[in-house]
Amino acid sequence: MGKYLIRRFLQLVVVAFVISVLTFLLVHLLPGDPTTVILGPNDTAANRAILLKQLGLNLPLWQQYLTWIGAVFHGNLGTSYLNHQSVSHILATGAPVDLELIIISQFIAFAVAVPLALVTSRRPNKALDNVATTSTFGLLALPPFVVAPILVAVFAVGLGWFPATGYTPFTQSPAQNIHEMILPSVAITAGSIAVYYRLLRSDLISTLQQDFITMARSKGLSGRRIMWRHAFRPSSFSLLAAAGINIGALIAGTFVVELLFVLPGIGYALVQAVEQRDYLVVQGIALVVAVAYVLIQFIIDFIFTIVDPRVVRE
Amino acid sequence: MPDDRELLDTGASSQLLGDRFPGMAATDEAVMAISTEHLDGGDVLAKKPLGFLFWFAVTWVAVVFLAAILANVLPLQNPNVQNYSALNQGPSTAHWLGTDDLGRDLLARLIFGSRVSLIVGFCGVAIGLAIGGTAGLISGYKGGKLDIALNAGSFIILAFPAIVAVIAIVTFWGASLLHITIILGVGTIPLMFRVIRATSLSFAQRDFVIAAKTMGATDTRVVLREILPNVVPVMVTFSLITVAGIIVIEGTLAFLGLSVSLPTPSWGNLINEGTANNALSTDPFIMMWPALSMFLLLWSINLIGDRLRQRFDIREGLL
Repeated sequence: MGKYLIRRFLQLVVVAFVISVLTFLLVHLLPGDPTTVILGPNDTAANRAILLKQLGLNLPLWQQYLTWIGAVFHGNLGTSYLNHQSVSHILATGAPVDLELIIISQFIAFAVAVPLALVTSRRPNKALDNVATTSTFGLLALPPFVVAPILVAVFAVGLGWFPATGYTPFTQSPAQNIHEMILPSVAITAGSIAVYYRLLRSDLISTLQQDFITMARSKGLSGRRIMWRHAFRPSSFSLLAAAGINIGALIAGTFVVELLFVLPGIGYALVQAVEQRDYLVVQGIALVVAVAYVLIQFIIDFIFTIVDPRVVRE
Repeated sequence: MPDDRELLDTGASSQLLGDRFPGMAATDEAVMAISTEHLDGGDVLAKKPLGFLFWFAVTWVAVVFLAAILANVLPLQNPNVQNYSALNQGPSTAHWLGTDDLGRDLLARLIFGSRVSLIVGFCGVAIGLAIGGTAGLISGYKGGKLDIALNAGSFIILAFPAIVAVIAIVTFWGASLLHITIILGVGTIPLMFRVIRATSLSFAQRDFVIAAKTMGATDTRVVLREILPNVVPVMVTFSLITVAGIIVIEGTLAFLGLSVSLPTPSWGNLINEGTANNALSTDPFIMMWPALSMFLLLWSINLIGDRLRQRFDIREGLL
């Protein structure tokens, strides 16, 4: 197991390195000039040259990269050219918002998808299964930017059950915070429910045909016990993998709801930085989000080695 | 780059997931078991009709396509002309879907807006298929060092959360329809590569391929005549699902104001406009029309893909 994890970790390091290079090149090779952003379009060429030197942008690319990545390893992701906020500060204030959105939405998704799949997979292609499968299929066609405005129109503007915008930190007022976070979280949940339900359902159907299930039945175990203790665990591996892959879609979803519900998350900061050509902020956020994404995949692999030891032997 | 979750819907996804998540190797067997279960179970008959919903979906996609192509010929108003004597109107004979807060005709904006989604979605996938598909087909068949390198490369690119990369590139390169199509199309290359490589690989050692090689067929002939026809079903199904995925990403970008710039309409920015300036409380229909059209289009494409997958899986099983 140790060997396997070391190999995965080395892969992680390589991927993280490539990500850092790509992020760096992405921001540096594409057209657009930070001096225009800081000084405005009408400043003299001499002033521009001075500023370029101050920012270290006149050095060769590899030197700029080393300076940047060296600072990153010291915990310094750089500072915004424009408002002089440090990127770490932007991330530290933004990340909790996105994490909360993702955690609540995943909690809802599993709470809906798992019981539903456990019920419908016992009688596949019967009425209940058909209704559930058809309607979750519809959920696949509901990306956050379609669902979120509808939820606001109905539950915030129409019924007035939830606020349409606003954010209160959890530490300040947990009840208020949850109340405000429900609509945006639900808005990014639709796709997750559909993916988890469909995957778990088809896995369960095939698991239920295996010999050990027949064995459990013939021992006279209750249906519920068979489903939870015998069928769910071997069927849950692909669910775990899907949850990992799904994080990518969820990140996109949080960006949309942050904008619509005016939540001060990372996506909001990224879109603003991008509009203002704030290079270091874009670079820092992209790097951290991408590395976090890869880390999550690694952690999921790690969990795999515990729940399914066959992975390591392979 | 479509949502990764879309992957889960194709037959090839098991192999794909297996590559990325070694734990998934265990479920490969489970997935195989499912497809054979379909065969023996008799609940999915070989000649199961595609069904009313399938034809409804095909019709909707056809209608959207026709309207988008014929938009210039149809008796529509100019989608960008502002008419201050007809602000915020509800549906009427002059404006079938009403007008927005600048007096622009919503039906015209809706129809012209569909062009962006369709072009980005279908042309993007064509790019991904042409490059990633071809590479995957050959790489999966030939194997070797190049295959390992390409596979590792696609793994690394896919490790990057799509939306962050796309946002960064779009803003620095400029958000025109051409750029967005290219960016999203290039973004699908590693996805296409992985799926088609996995499928091609699964056929490369099959008896009929070995037989063809023994009879002296050249590599080109084997790939084109033996492997490609077997890969096409996965290709078609996965392409459709990817089209839906790209349309979602374009919509997300447009909603964030980072896609094709205003006043050119696209469904994403129409939905965004429908939420701005308190429009949700004054006139929720501005948002509802594009949202509904988008939902129906994505649903239709997914459904067509899914039904074709069911059909093709059976054919594959009969081989």
